[in-house]
Formats: sequence, C-alpha cells, structure tokens
Amino acid sequence: MGRKLLLDKAHIEGIRYYDTYRKNGGYAAAEKALKSMSPDQVIEEVKKSGLRGRGGAGFPTGLKWSFLAKPEGVPRYLVCNADESEPGTFKDRYLMEFIPHLLIEGLLISSFALGAHSTYIYIRGEYAWIPDILEEAINDAKKNNWLGKNIQGTGYDLEIYVQRGAGAYICGEETALIESLEGKRGNPRIKPPFPAVKGLWQCPTVVNNVETLAAVVPIINIGGDEYAKYGTGKSTGTKLISACGNINKPGVYEIDMNISVEEFIYSDEYCGGIPNGKRLKACIPGGSSVPILPANLLLKTAKGEPRMMTYESLNDGGFATGSMMGSGGFIVLDEDQCVVRHTMSLARFYHHESCGQCSPCREGTGWMKKVLLNIENGKGKMTDIDLLWDIQRKIEGNTICPLGDAAAWPVAAAIRHFRDEFEWHVTHPEEAQIRNFGLAHYADPLPVVATAAAV
Amino acid sequence: MAEEKKLFKVKIDNITVEVEPGTTILNAARLIGGDVVPPAMCYYSKLQGSGGKCRTCLVKVSKGSDADPRPMPKLVASCRTTVMDGMEVGNITSPEVLDARRGVVEFLLLNHPLDCPVCDQAGECDLQDLSYEHGVSATRYEFKRRTFDKIDIGDHIKLHMTRCILCYRCVFTADQLTNKREHGILGRGDASEISTYIQNSLDNDFIGNVIDVCPVGALTDRTARFKNRVWFLKPVDAHCSCDKCSGKAVLWMRGDEIFRVTARKDKYGEVEEFICDTCRFERKDPKDWTVEGPRKISRHSVISQGHYVGVHKPDETIAKVMDGRAPKLLLDIHSVSEVNMPAVDLSKIDGPAHSNDFPKNKSNGVQ
Repeated sequence: MGRKLLLDKAHIEGIRYYDTYRKNGGYAAAEKALKSMSPDQVIEEVKKSGLRGRGGAGFPTGLKWSFLAKPEGVPRYLVCNADESEPGTFKDRYLMEFIPHLLIEGLLISSFALGAHSTYIYIRGEYAWIPDILEEAINDAKKNNWLGKNIQGTGYDLEIYVQRGAGAYICGEETALIESLEGKRGNPRIKPPFPAVKGLWQCPTVVNNVETLAAVVPIINIGGDEYAKYGTGKSTGTKLISACGNINKPGVYEIDMNISVEEFIYSDEYCGGIPNGKRLKACIPGGSSVPILPANLLLKTAKGEPRMMTYESLNDGGFATGSMMGSGGFIVLDEDQCVVRHTMSLARFYHHESCGQCSPCREGTGWMKKVLLNIENGKGKMTDIDLLWDIQRKIEGNTICPLGDAAAWPVAAAIRHFRDEFEWHVTHPEEAQIRNFGLAHYADPLPVVATAAAV
Repeated sequence: MAEEKKLFKVKIDNITVEVEPGTTILNAARLIGGDVVPPAMCYYSKLQGSGGKCRTCLVKVSKGSDADPRPMPKLVASCRTTVMDGMEVGNITSPEVLDARRGVVEFLLLNHPLDCPVCDQAGECDLQDLSYEHGVSATRYEFKRRTFDKIDIGDHIKLHMTRCILCYRCVFTADQLTNKREHGILGRGDASEISTYIQNSLDNDFIGNVIDVCPVGALTDRTARFKNRVWFLKPVDAHCSCDKCSGKAVLWMRGDEIFRVTARKDKYGEVEEFICDTCRFERKDPKDWTVEGPRKISRHSVISQGHYVGVHKPDETIAKVMDGRAPKLLLDIHSVSEVNMPAVDLSKIDGPAHSNDFPKNKSNGVQ
C-alpha cells in the first residue's frame, strides 16, 4: 500500500467540512507555522522538502519562493492556479472538491511565508460548482479565525478571494492568469519581467498550483527532511496522478514516487490493467501536452531499465525516448486506439485554445490541425507527414508562452514513434476509416507486474 | 561632475557596440544598422508595450553575459530582451535564426493575401520586404484562407481585415494616443480579428495614426486609397500651423495635387511625431502647407522610383546617328489617351477614380 500525505484523510466522511477537518488534525500545520516558525523557516522547510511545482513544469517550489522580490512598501501576492484545463488532468478538482480546507491551510501557510496578505484562487470557469465549496470553506475558516485579521492572535492578516475564470486554457499560464485576474483579456505577458518581480498589479507575485500549495501542509506537519524521504532522487514527496483512458480503474491516485509505470498501470492498487485483456499501445504520462510514449519505451527506458513514476525517469532519454511527468494526467491507450486520431484531437484542442498573440502559435496550430484532419480523413499525402514535422519544429520554442511547445510536442512525438501509422493512414485511407490497423507497437506479451503488496 | 554611466558591450553578428543598460537587442542592433538589424513587424518604438508578438525579430543569444556566459536555451525576441554586458547575439550569422524567421514569414503569409499589385500598401509594406528577404517562392499551405469583408471604421479609415497580421500596433495606438478606446482584438487564435465595438467608429482627433503604424495594408486612408500608386507620388516634407499637433507631415504629391498626408517616419518606418486627423485628412490644398523640400527616401525603396538624385543619363544617340533628326513617334500615348487630364483632379474625387470621372471625348480617341 503506497504511503499518502495529501489524500490520507480523503476517506473520512465529512472531511470537506471544517469541524471534521479540524478534528482530524486540520490546521495543525498552520498553527505550527504561524505560532512557532518565522516566514524564512517555512521557506527553508519547503526548500528542504525538495517539493517541485505540481502544475507541470516541476520547478523547485522553495527556490521559486526565494526569488520573490521584497521591496519595502509594496504588497506581495500569492495566486493559486486552479485553472486546471489540460486534457487528461483532473487531480486538483478532486482535491478542491473533497478536501478544500487542505488547500486553504496550504494557502495560509504559504501566504505567511511569502508575506502576502491578499491571496487569490483563480479557478477555471468550467469547475462551476467548486468555487461554492471553496467559498464555504473560506467562510468557515474565517469564522474560526484562520483567515481575516490577527489570525489566531499572531498578528498576521490574510484574505483569500476566489476568482472564476471564463474558461480559456491559456489562463492556466501564469502571466495570462495574472492578466485575467486583473480583468483583462487572458493573454500571456512577455517575460521578463517575471511575476516574482512584477506580477499581479505590477507587484511581486508567486503563482503556484493547487497540489503544490496543498503539499505545504504535510511538509510543515512532518518537516521538510521527512517529506524528502518519500519518493526518490529529485522526485520527493507524493504526487497526485489523474489516470484515464483504457484502464480498468480511472481516477485520482496519490503515489509515492518510487513505483514503476508498469506497476501503476497493471497493479490492482492503481489503474488495474487494461480492460478486456487488451494490450497496451501507448501512454501520455503527464497530461496532453507531453510527448506520447509507445509501450516499449513506456515500461522500460531506452537503456532497458524499468521506467519509474518520477520526474527523472519519465524524462530519461529526453524527448527522443522519454517524456515528462507534466501535470500528472496519465492517459492510457490500448491496442485499438488510433494515434493519428488522438493527435488530431489534441491539435484541434491547442488550435482552439491559442490566444492568437504570436504568429507561430496562432497560425501554426491551425495549420497542423488541418493537415492532421486530412490525414485522419484519408485525404493526406506522404509529404504531409514531413510538413507536419516541419510546422511543429517551427512553432516549438518560438512562441511567447509554452502553449506553442504544448501544441508541438504531441505532434512531434506521435510522428517520431508512430510514423508508420501516419504512413499507413495515407496509404490505406479506406481502412483507416474503419480503424482496421495492422501495426505493432504493443506491450506484448503482457508484462508481469510486481505490485507493492507482492514486494 | 556627473558620474560616467557604465555602458554594456554587446556583440551582434560579431560587431561590437556599446549601449546603455536597459537597451534592447533590437535597439542595440539599430545602432549598428544595416543587415544586422532584425526585422520587426509588431515592435514600434513610440508605442509602449509593443513588440514580442510577431516573432520576426527572434535572435540567438549564444552568450548571456560576461558574468553568466551560458547561452539562452531558446531564441529570444530581440525587441523585448535587454542586453547584458558581454552578451553575444547571432542574427543573420545564425542559421537557426534564419530558419525560424523563414518559418515566421511562412506563418504570417498563411492568411495574408499576396495581392501586392492591388494592395494600397504596396511599396511601403514591411511584410512585402520581409517576405522578399526571408520568404520562399511557393507556399505549402493548401487550405482555404480566411477572408473578411472590408469595413469602414470611421469616416476616414477602411479596415481590410484579410490583410491584417495582428501586430496589435493599431490597438496600442488607439489606446495610448486617443482618449476613447473603441477598438481592440475580438476572438482568439487564428479567429482573432481587429474590430470596433458594435457600430462604433473611430473618430478621435488622432485616430488616423493607426494607418501609419499598420505595417501592412490592413488599415488604409479612405481619402487616398486607390488614388495613386505610392511610387508615382513625390513625398515632400511640409509643415502647417496646427493647434492640435506639431503640423509636421509628409505630403505625397503628384504635380500640384496632394494625394495623401502622412506623419514623418524614421529609417525604420516608425512615426517621429503623430499628427492629427485634420492635418491628415482635411488639408489637401497646397496652400495649407509650407513645403520644406523633398523627403529623403532610401534609394533601395520602390518609392524612390523616378526620383533618383545624381543620376548621369547617357547621351541621346539616336539624333546623332540620324543626322540630327528626331525619331518619329507613331503614337504618343499621352496625347491620345489624355491619362494626365489636367481638368480631372484625382485627389479630389471621392474614392477611387473610375472611367466615369473622365469625360468621354471622341476627338481624342477616348471612348
């Protein structure tokens, strides 16, 4: 049984409500931080924990906090990025919906560490019911003096506001989020200056993901050193993974990052294997923007070592033979799935969500979608595959924000690993329509899983 | 004595220049000049916050600074990246940059028609220059282009959204120069478009400047469009006494007719001083202006066509070999067609000239 830090109390009935949360040890970390630690000590604990941002980039959280400019007389802000919109990623929703006080407590501790007195939760518009849950939790926390003026007699003041987004994927990018929060069109800003220097209303700002901020609670509870003992290498602590696609048990799992991908997919504790005994074809391990991996490179690295559910192992081999942990959206494809169709679907998404500020992303994403749609519909040419490769290459790295990369990487990886499937679509347009694929990328024979219980 | 300011040394395409801290790579390159200057479609030095969007000015920073010599992992927008002491930048010497720029040009041209022969911006279009230098002869795009109807935004400005490359310059101009923001970007991605709020028009005293900042032919002057090609006009610097602006402008003339009035631009095509709409649209009589002299136009520009300075024409030899007789012309097109009819004032016709504007005269052959 994997160890849990975030969802360890998720099974307790009524944990969503303040009384139950408090009775089960809630706000103990906040009490500890506010009453017995200085802001710098909190930052030091987070640094010691090795916590990496859970929004996708995996940047060390303590380091990010230490970059925050601290000019005199200028307010500092903490913004919680709850604009979870990556296809395949839904872990933050679970956390906010079922244990909202964990996030509130994490925000309180983090705001205290950063010297922020106004903190914002920017939540995606489509999570229409969750702001009510958060606001209820904020009100309860305020009634019990965990928010507001002079919190628990410590002299520290904090207000948390919930701001609903209008439902644009790009508003998950931190500078676009800040623009949207300021009431403007959610277009990414050009960096530098970084938000740590000029963020919300031109003031120093830290933007962190929901899971990252929630993870601050167990870090303070057990200490940074103890937290770092969870996981392995540079992937410390636990990670929420939202698993979906062709698996028997889709859902949100908290993993201690020392299990293998094979165990995660096939063990009963997690995904429970592929339905109907089908073979594994591929997986997008970190949300739709990260490169897809075929089964042979997913279960084992190019060196033949088992692929682990860690930042380093998933990235092993770079994009040539590896992928990324990303935001933890684990999308599994079985042998019946069409990679071309999936890639087209993702390209359509990124085209729709491009903000349109910079030309490579604005024009390139639409072009890729149209070419992929042609191939998918059996109207493609062999030269279209090279054209696609070239378009994605000219988008990647040349845009204002990472949406261009997010649009380019899935296409690049699909062509890199499944070029034969693209070619087959071109040469067998009619069969492609009835999904009659004759290609082999599968994990065959089915792997034998060493589950945590067996170990 | 004032303390001497420390200058940063930056090397662009192996040419070293010293600049003040806070200078962008683009402006440092502009100090060097020539081919070292990256192209810029959305950056406009007079407009705050512009730049970084079109990505045509991407450059490779192969050395960050003397203090941190690591190269920057990605190409950077030179118009928004400030120099560091000891920075080394590759522009035209970097194959990576040239490749990326070729890609950007291709992207910009996906939805921009190459209709230079009929476009009113032909001859002074930045995208035309950019595609000439970095584009390819054929397109790989096989899909239907997006099209829009032309719309009048205000009394004097026509928006041809089909040609717009979404550089945002006109939005910044309207935002920063006028006191009533009435237009902006609608939609997102490749469905973005410049538009006014429903049924609003752009009618501020300085709104005409959006025409000058537009790098392509998306925003045109309704009082001048299709009246004449830019290379047939003679640009002259002139000024007038104006209580709203400096009154310093460029008159685009043919003979004694003023076809259009624009602001004066620097060598990078950026307006030196924005002018008001009265000067731009309503002062079309030469008596309104004091002409200072011919405007200097780069000899490489198509606008300088026919306005060469210091040209040595070869001696006329036909008369010599024909014992002093002039060649016999079988047809003098000017006398037959009367295309230069002195009675027809093209600049005063409302809109483009049509055949109806020329009186038919059977005796001179015009039917």
